[in-house]
Amino acid sequence: MFGYYLDLALRSLRRNQILTALMVLAIGLGIGASMTMMTVLHVMSADPIPDRSGQLFYPHLDPTPLDRRKNALAPDPTDNMTWPDAMALLAAHRGTRQAAMSGGNLVAHPEKVSANPFTIDGRYTTADFFAMFRLRFVAGHAWTATDDTARSRVVVLSEALSRTLFGTDDSAGRMVQLGEHTFRVIGVTAPWAPQPMFYADAAAHKFGESDQFFLPLATAVDLKLDTSGNVSSWKKFSGDLTASSVTWLQFWVQLDKPDQVAAYRRFLFDYSAQQKALGVYERPADSARLDSLRERLVTLHLVPDDLRLQSWLALGFLMVCMVNIVALLLAKFLRRSGEVSVRRALGAQRRDIFVQFGVESALIGLVGGGLGLLLAQLGLWGIRRRPDEYAQLAQMDTAMLLSTFALAVVASVLAGLLPAWRACHIAPALQLKTL
Amino acid sequence: MQIRPVLSALRKHRVATVLIAMEIALACAVLCNACFLIANRVQQIRIHSGVDERALAAIKLTGFDEKDGVDLNARVLSGLATIPGMRSVSVINAVPFGGSPNNAGITTDAAGKQFAGVVNFYTGGPGSFTALGLRLIAGRAPQDDDYQPVVHFVPDDALVWVSQSLAEHAWPGVDPIGKEFWVGRPHFRVAGVVANLARPSPGEGGPSTIEWSVFVPSQPGAHFAGTYLLRASPEELSRVLRDARAAIAKIAPDAVLETATSQSVASLRETFFQQDRTMAGILLGVIAAMLLVTALGIVGLASFWVQQRRRQIGIRRALGATRGDILGYFQTENFLIVTFGIVLGMLLAFALNLLLMTHYELPRLPLYYLPIGALILWGLGQLAVLGPALRAAAVPPVVATRSV
Repeated sequence: MFGYYLDLALRSLRRNQILTALMVLAIGLGIGASMTMMTVLHVMSADPIPDRSGQLFYPHLDPTPLDRRKNALAPDPTDNMTWPDAMALLAAHRGTRQAAMSGGNLVAHPEKVSANPFTIDGRYTTADFFAMFRLRFVAGHAWTATDDTARSRVVVLSEALSRTLFGTDDSAGRMVQLGEHTFRVIGVTAPWAPQPMFYADAAAHKFGESDQFFLPLATAVDLKLDTSGNVSSWKKFSGDLTASSVTWLQFWVQLDKPDQVAAYRRFLFDYSAQQKALGVYERPADSARLDSLRERLVTLHLVPDDLRLQSWLALGFLMVCMVNIVALLLAKFLRRSGEVSVRRALGAQRRDIFVQFGVESALIGLVGGGLGLLLAQLGLWGIRRRPDEYAQLAQMDTAMLLSTFALAVVASVLAGLLPAWRACHIAPALQLKTL
Repeated sequence: MQIRPVLSALRKHRVATVLIAMEIALACAVLCNACFLIANRVQQIRIHSGVDERALAAIKLTGFDEKDGVDLNARVLSGLATIPGMRSVSVINAVPFGGSPNNAGITTDAAGKQFAGVVNFYTGGPGSFTALGLRLIAGRAPQDDDYQPVVHFVPDDALVWVSQSLAEHAWPGVDPIGKEFWVGRPHFRVAGVVANLARPSPGEGGPSTIEWSVFVPSQPGAHFAGTYLLRASPEELSRVLRDARAAIAKIAPDAVLETATSQSVASLRETFFQQDRTMAGILLGVIAAMLLVTALGIVGLASFWVQQRRRQIGIRRALGATRGDILGYFQTENFLIVTFGIVLGMLLAFALNLLLMTHYELPRLPLYYLPIGALILWGLGQLAVLGPALRAAAVPPVVATRSV
């Protein structure tokens, strides 16, 4: 029967080509706009570190005084951690792995005297960072906890930076001048750029290029290297980043099992309570919390307001297109009252008529989906030319490709429901008389 | 034209009528709000920076040691001044649209209780006030001994020039000259008001605070070095900037030239508003596509109705109706449907505006957008229905005698 309905649908669509073209165009435009925006949202909310995301957690402590004024426009100071807290959590070693980190930028001086110095972005962090976030090394290795405590002057470079500075991937053991100081290259990492850059400060850019170098955090503090990201202080700021009233560090912990997560949450509460007992904290112990990676991504507010607005616009546009198609299909189906009545009189049930028109709507959806796919590719090409940092990610994967067609067919079948229902309730006798 | 027969005919096609009216309503709501969003963006793009954008450029150096700042300033100022066509070179901390603002919260009392917002401080060395081309509307221009050494990020106790927008915000309705404000301990006294002065980058308070800027005459030194304001005639500016960027490699080989910010102020402005321009373009595209789809819907439905009523049209023509009557009938019908849609659409437009206001920084939709939106949709409806209506008018009366 399906083949027959398909044949009927094709004939009917061919009979009124202008109307068919209008409907296909409407659904194509609506689907194209919606899928462009949905693809962008899809890539922006992708899992940045798929094989580890379930095990990564972000502890929150609140060392701010009770009389701190909340400012909706300024960054939240409790989003980051103070140096003493981060060092205490590191030393406690309650997770499988844990690392404190901060963004930093330095001036790199290439070996060749003729080449100009240039600024590089990277991260000051602690030894577990590399194993926790699964960075691979193409040469050398990560530094150890001993290097952290000894404040060793070592650096891990990205493959790209190693090539720019030394012309080779294997620069382990070489010396490099960053800012005022000289560091020994201890390792070179394979390209690694999780999108979004979930582990960075809320003020950092989230998409695009990742870190070019990694330095031991204690070394960076020791040498007073420039940090990037929010630094919040609620007492007079003397420039000392190790003060207990300055938050600036991100802290990540890897917890493999659910009971480990519960234990860590308890540990955070206990730590917070202990700090309150000592008079360091003013807020109650339950102001501490442990965010999963997913929850952290929500806090980071990854989707810009403009993009959200554009997505709503696209969906609204799809709505307009659907209402349009409902009206056109209604006109088309009701016009075939005579045909429907003949089929009913010859023994077709209401259900059969309903399925017949459903097939016709789905066919329009399928063709419209094809057009929508083309338009979405055009839209994504337009987005990739925008200057936004997420623009380069705007590519369609197989899942989005299939869902384009699925959405198109579902939308057109939904649009066809009311017209088909009306058509199958035509009273045959009345229509047959007028034939 | 009689409306009653049209209405009773529409009652026979209730579902289709309601659907087209709904489509018009949705289009009306989106049209009004999208136009309003565009107008808002355009207003932001059009903002007056207060400086001679076409004659100014910035050079920004980083990566040098703080103790070398004094020496760097001397080398750059003398080195760049020799470039042919250069009108002036001065030290400044930032230029409008160039990023790296010096934001600080100010209070209008020494105790720090009367908070007056987060404002941007421009520190400018000798010559920069004139070079910027700021238009003074009250008070006097800075004199040589007004330039104070920078202590932290600004001089500790200085005379300042504020933008009119900031003066009206901090001291509404009173003469701002001589008024004082504080940033913790550092203390400032207003010596003049300039017509406009935009921030280097958007502030924490959103678009309405874009001109909350203060100009502090400052003496270049170790804490105040690295960014330079170049002035040349608009025709020569791009060449002068190119020469200056090339000269920096020789003048200051150890410093890093920030290429993204070492641009003319006009091109910094271009980059600054790129996102707003894209957004306005997208909104325009959405409006166009939606009007197109709505028009297509009207064309489709009207064509169908014309075909369906061929016989009735023929009968009306045979009974003496003119072509104009038939044309008028379909136009009236369309007018009525669109009017239903518009009434519903105005309510929707307001609901959508309220929703947008809770999520975005957006004022209330001005009422005059509604009649304009209505006029556009009425026009669109009449245009869309014209084709099918003309076809209906062309139906010959002889149709009535066939197949009856």
